[in-house]
Amino acid sequence: MELTKDKALWLYDRMVTIRAFEERVAKLFADGQIPGFVHLYAGEEAVAVGICAHLEDRDYITSTHRGHGHCIAKGVPLGPMMAELFGRVDGSCKGKGGSMHIADVSRGMLGANGIVGGGPPLACGAGLTAKRTGTGAVCVCFFGDGAAEQGTTHEGMNLAAIWKLPVIFVAENNGFAESTPVGYHCAASNIADRAAAYNIPGVSVDGYDVIAMYEAAGEAVDRARRGDGPSLIEAKTWRYFGHFEGDQVTYRTAEQSAAYREHDPLTFFAKQATERGLLTADQVEERDRAAEAAVDEAIAFAEQSPQPQPEDALTDVYVAYR
Amino acid sequence: MSVATRTLTFREAVNDALAVEMQRDPDVVLMGEDVAGGATVPGFEQEDAWGGVLGVTKGLVQRFGRDRVLDTPISESGFIGAAVGAAATGLRPVAELMFVDFFGVCMDQIFNQGAKLRYMFGGKARVPMVIRTMIGAGYRAAGQHSGCHYSVFTHMPGLKTVVPSTPADAKGLLAASIRDDDPVMFFEHKLLYDTSGEVPEGEYVVELGRADTKREGDGATVVAIGRMVHFALEAAETLAAGGVEVEVVDPRTLSPLDDEAILASVRKTGRVVVVDEDNPRCSMATDIAALVASRAFDHLDAPPQLVTAPHTPVPFSPVLEDFYIPTPQRIAEAVQATL
Repeated sequence: MELTKDKALWLYDRMVTIRAFEERVAKLFADGQIPGFVHLYAGEEAVAVGICAHLEDRDYITSTHRGHGHCIAKGVPLGPMMAELFGRVDGSCKGKGGSMHIADVSRGMLGANGIVGGGPPLACGAGLTAKRTGTGAVCVCFFGDGAAEQGTTHEGMNLAAIWKLPVIFVAENNGFAESTPVGYHCAASNIADRAAAYNIPGVSVDGYDVIAMYEAAGEAVDRARRGDGPSLIEAKTWRYFGHFEGDQVTYRTAEQSAAYREHDPLTFFAKQATERGLLTADQVEERDRAAEAAVDEAIAFAEQSPQPQPEDALTDVYVAYR
Repeated sequence: MSVATRTLTFREAVNDALAVEMQRDPDVVLMGEDVAGGATVPGFEQEDAWGGVLGVTKGLVQRFGRDRVLDTPISESGFIGAAVGAAATGLRPVAELMFVDFFGVCMDQIFNQGAKLRYMFGGKARVPMVIRTMIGAGYRAAGQHSGCHYSVFTHMPGLKTVVPSTPADAKGLLAASIRDDDPVMFFEHKLLYDTSGEVPEGEYVVELGRADTKREGDGATVVAIGRMVHFALEAAETLAAGGVEVEVVDPRTLSPLDDEAILASVRKTGRVVVVDEDNPRCSMATDIAALVASRAFDHLDAPPQLVTAPHTPVPFSPVLEDFYIPTPQRIAEAVQATL
């Protein structure tokens, strides 16, 4: 699958935007400006971006508790995202969801999910809608290695396979379900091997290589759009931060983390793309600056957004209640 | 203008509502275990071997095809969750959770996804889905196929809960549930399927949140749910012979609950008995008793009486199960206790 200059720029821009967003969220959280829990996506950018590069506005994604990267890759605007993390009225969910439930259905982003494994059945439903209405849309179901052990994930893959739904299952294997290593919690050598049980294609991909992700996703998305059914892509990746902010990460060694940082997916792609003439060094620098500026703007938007009124807690439960 | 009616069983009335609403709106799809049946048996592609485990969805696959009448694997989390996802993206699915007791294997998709999605997304999503499910004791089906459990779902914000007692109500309330933009749990008592009544033909909608007075009287109010409405009416006949005119109020929907209809009846009669086949703790019976006590206390001439199942699972042996289910006699005794 040929990578154009425009697409290469988009890939880099989205990755560096996610990185800038997450690093600033880490600081804002540490400063006490963001309540609750946040789970950061830094280190995994190449996965969401390589996959979502193939998606259009009509397509859907389901996400996880680590959902900011998926939002940004799917085109959810940063200002409402940051306002949501701040719990303000201009947030994507008017301050009712927060980081763990951030969503923008109007852009096909069907929600981060506080329940590990909550998403795969929902993704089947979005795929069913696409199939029934004949829009040609697909749904990408992001889930972590922890969710690979949930029954809902298996039920979702089986249902998508028997109904030939246009769903792409993307296992983001960052090595740990919270603090429990995948080698312990997963009986399979590769999560992708489980595709065999559902008679669908399954591939393990270097989740630090955005071009590899882009190529694997292209095949899976094409297959789904053709009506040939679901695929499973396992992205082997690593999160830079802890499971949640505040996690002291006492289950990984400094050497492990350093080794991953040395192969940072953004730096790696910038080098690779400039060498191949897809990007210039100036473009990379310009995108780096633009990402910081976009996040500054998002923070300013969030800070000026009003707090909700306490009574706002009572609305939005039902469309109509009598 | 008189509405044309015909006599249908409760089972046929549910089927009729599904057919009329599927005809009316191409976004309505059915899914569930054996809702057609025999889907993949060679030569049976357009047959419905079962049409639902008790035949409620029989004949729909021939009319609407396998793209809209979807047999599922025995995979409740998978397909109930798929109904949630489909509803959030534009379809209007009606999923069948065969027996309500099976909520244990799919509650996350109902409770954490379907019920909360709109709220968590700040009102920027709709989940117009219905989960039809069978309830009730009396089939000798024992502990895992006989519960009512509607109180569990009524407790959960984001869900609406509907328990029809007659064929006409079943049709009209199911149509309203399908057209509703929120997730609705629709509870069908399996011992009502063979009961009959006059049912309007064609499109027929009964608004959610409106109780129905099934019998008028000024001696005492009996609020009864589902199959218990019929037992309350039997008890009312017995009591009428002794000169006590009982008013039987059928809430029909538990969430939203028609508080005012219940309170108005109690203010008139000054006495109330609540009949509920569900288990008694944190139940509709206690909820309605609390409603009456907190908002119509001054009108009460006697303490509210509750007639419910005991706080046990549903037993198997007919002797034991018959003891479990409230009876018309117990209802009549409870009314007498308020006089």
